[in-house]
Amino acid sequence: MAVVGRVGATPPDLTRVRPYGDTLDDGQVQTSFTLPVPCGEEAREAARMVARKMGLEDPQVYHMQDLGEGYTYFLVYGRFTEAIDFTQIQVAKVESERMDFYAINAFIEAQIGRKITVLGACTGTDAHSVGIDAIMNMKGYNGDYGLERYPMINAYNLGMQVRNEDLIAHAVEKQADALLVSQVVTQKDVHIKNLAELIDMLEAEGLRQKMVVVCGGPRISHELALELGYDAGFGPGTTAPDVASYFVQEIVARGLA
Amino acid sequence: MASKLDLDPRIIDRARQAASDIADTMDAFIRERTTVAVERTTLRLLGVDGVDEDDVPLPNVVVEHALQAGVLSEGITRHIVRAMLHTGRDAQTVSEAIAEGDLDVSELPLIDEAQIQELGEELAAEAMARISARRAERDDFLNRYEKRPAPLHYVIVATGNIYEDAVQARTAARQGADIIAVIRSTGQSLLDFVPYGPTTEGFGGTYATQANFKIMREALDEVGEELGRYIHLCNYCSGLCMPEIAAMGAIERLDMMLNDALYGILFRDINPQRTFVDQYFSRMINSAAGIVINTGEDNYLTTADAVEAAHTVTASQFINEQFALRSGLPPAQMGLGHAMEMDPTIENGFLFELAQAQLARELFPQAPLKYMPPTKYMTGNIFRGHIQDALFNLIGGWTGQGIQLLGMMTEAMHTPHMGDRYLALENAHYVMNNTRQLGEEIEFKSDGIIQRRARQVLAEACQLLEDVRDKGMFDTLAAGTFADVFRPVDGGKGLSGVLRRAPDYFNPVEEALRKSLDLTP
Repeated sequence: MAVVGRVGATPPDLTRVRPYGDTLDDGQVQTSFTLPVPCGEEAREAARMVARKMGLEDPQVYHMQDLGEGYTYFLVYGRFTEAIDFTQIQVAKVESERMDFYAINAFIEAQIGRKITVLGACTGTDAHSVGIDAIMNMKGYNGDYGLERYPMINAYNLGMQVRNEDLIAHAVEKQADALLVSQVVTQKDVHIKNLAELIDMLEAEGLRQKMVVVCGGPRISHELALELGYDAGFGPGTTAPDVASYFVQEIVARGLA
Repeated sequence: MASKLDLDPRIIDRARQAASDIADTMDAFIRERTTVAVERTTLRLLGVDGVDEDDVPLPNVVVEHALQAGVLSEGITRHIVRAMLHTGRDAQTVSEAIAEGDLDVSELPLIDEAQIQELGEELAAEAMARISARRAERDDFLNRYEKRPAPLHYVIVATGNIYEDAVQARTAARQGADIIAVIRSTGQSLLDFVPYGPTTEGFGGTYATQANFKIMREALDEVGEELGRYIHLCNYCSGLCMPEIAAMGAIERLDMMLNDALYGILFRDINPQRTFVDQYFSRMINSAAGIVINTGEDNYLTTADAVEAAHTVTASQFINEQFALRSGLPPAQMGLGHAMEMDPTIENGFLFELAQAQLARELFPQAPLKYMPPTKYMTGNIFRGHIQDALFNLIGGWTGQGIQLLGMMTEAMHTPHMGDRYLALENAHYVMNNTRQLGEEIEFKSDGIIQRRARQVLAEACQLLEDVRDKGMFDTLAAGTFADVFRPVDGGKGLSGVLRRAPDYFNPVEEALRKSLDLTP
């Protein structure tokens, strides 16, 4: 068949970006949600209206399921026709250089000259230690050792449901250089209150500037962490070297060693 | 059932014997002690309920009063019964008088012991009759309603508001759920009292209160009646109020209880002595009430690695089995736990998981095993997560698990949305129905990957149990053998609530429970 027109895919215009389904600029978006309305044609229309108010054009309800008790679940696709300017985006990011296990230990030895002490805890009401375990535990996660394996780090994993006052008491007793706070499953934004409380308490005790304090979890971004008064924040997919690279460099930069 | 794993029965016997020896040594320790929670539970079963003007539950007020007076080691029952005989009032009224400061149990006149025993036994018989009546109701429902194939579909609700929970539970029942577990507000396990009344605010779950149990029970009975199916209700019989929750569950006809011999010690840092004494009493109640316990071995694998620590799960199942037997709990009420928690990127990981699930099935053939879904390697990629849950459902049906806690694709993100629960139930129904008799059709290759893995895990579990027996349970906990956590015998929360029983300790409820469960006095 003869080739007609331009050869090669059209490059995206980064000043006007919209979602890509299977063609540039088709704006295709998928979403799913439940509405507290009984299943039926009125419900289908209600879902379309919700999608339109989200800014989706031509919403298609591809699946509608009666959940019982007057609730209905929808899978909806639609077209997002606005555009965003990718070239103007600025995101707060942890700027430290990422090192590996060996480089981090060598860095501590050379630049700090002693073992450093790090406490990790999943604080407040949160009972999900999976995040802090992935960072702290000997075995680590996905092939990266946890901090307990680092010869130059005294790593203490305090586990889950640790109260902020207990974390601070341990930090004082063990003369911690860095605190790692994890928040995984939360409800009604309790993790925000809890994270903010820790910083307030550290400030009140005059301890805030004496250690590096970072937080992490699926709902944590670096930007949010900074807003809450933390030195850094780490989102999903973070492993021990990501966090350790940051805090060892920060300890040196701040002259805490 | 023929073994598909070609397990050596001698190793199974050795493992079970070691676990039995461990439970025996603990049994003697337990029988010499009581706890504030056991005494509060006894009061509840004698009919004491409600709170004082400061919202402190009356069972706490009365037990604390006796503890302060230095007379609790005789058992709370003697004092309450003496006060009842002295005043001519019932247990509730007497407790209210103590709360108001109108009555001091240490200043009561001496009353003939035979009279005390007689009334105590009468009250205990009434308590047993209440428990039996609720149990008979359940049996009646189960006989009348549709029989559901195993594994039963277990889902959680966790809104924090019991009324909202009830709505979610009813939708889940309509979508095919067999069991509704109301997740508790985080932190409740460390409260040394049970909150009172209906509650509408909790974090990550809803407070376990007797009123909340009742609200959910009624909601499930109502929707079950319409569907012609019995909807089981599950809660958490763990933490510092373990036996009290058991009593409340027995009274409100709960059907399942998370109830593990070691969980509170390992994961909530509750004192080991307190936990062993409390779990023993709570299991007698669960047993008498016909409640299926769910043990918490899955939790080991959220801290330790599922491939390397698989044998600790098996060992703990043996220990839980033996403790349960000593509380009179029959195998049919033992929802021994395990989980699918291996890294999904491991080559042949599915075969190891299958081996583990089949191993549990063959070691505990009569137990309705509780199989827990992937959580540790759920990433926020809900589409992969949904497939992980499908593989989990495949193993659950194939190996004949009893209770399948359905995985949510939004695990590790938020408490389940209503739509997530629907998708999970649809997933389970599709996979299990579509492969219903797969397990009967398929045998495993002799000396293949699955058989070798199962044999290795069993051998390691047997070794571990024999080590624990030689070292002693308390020293094992202190050494960090389970779940990589270290729990000294005098550490943790709740130790101050453990008391040595006085020589004339009197607890007619315990005696009645023992009698009904054919346990030695």
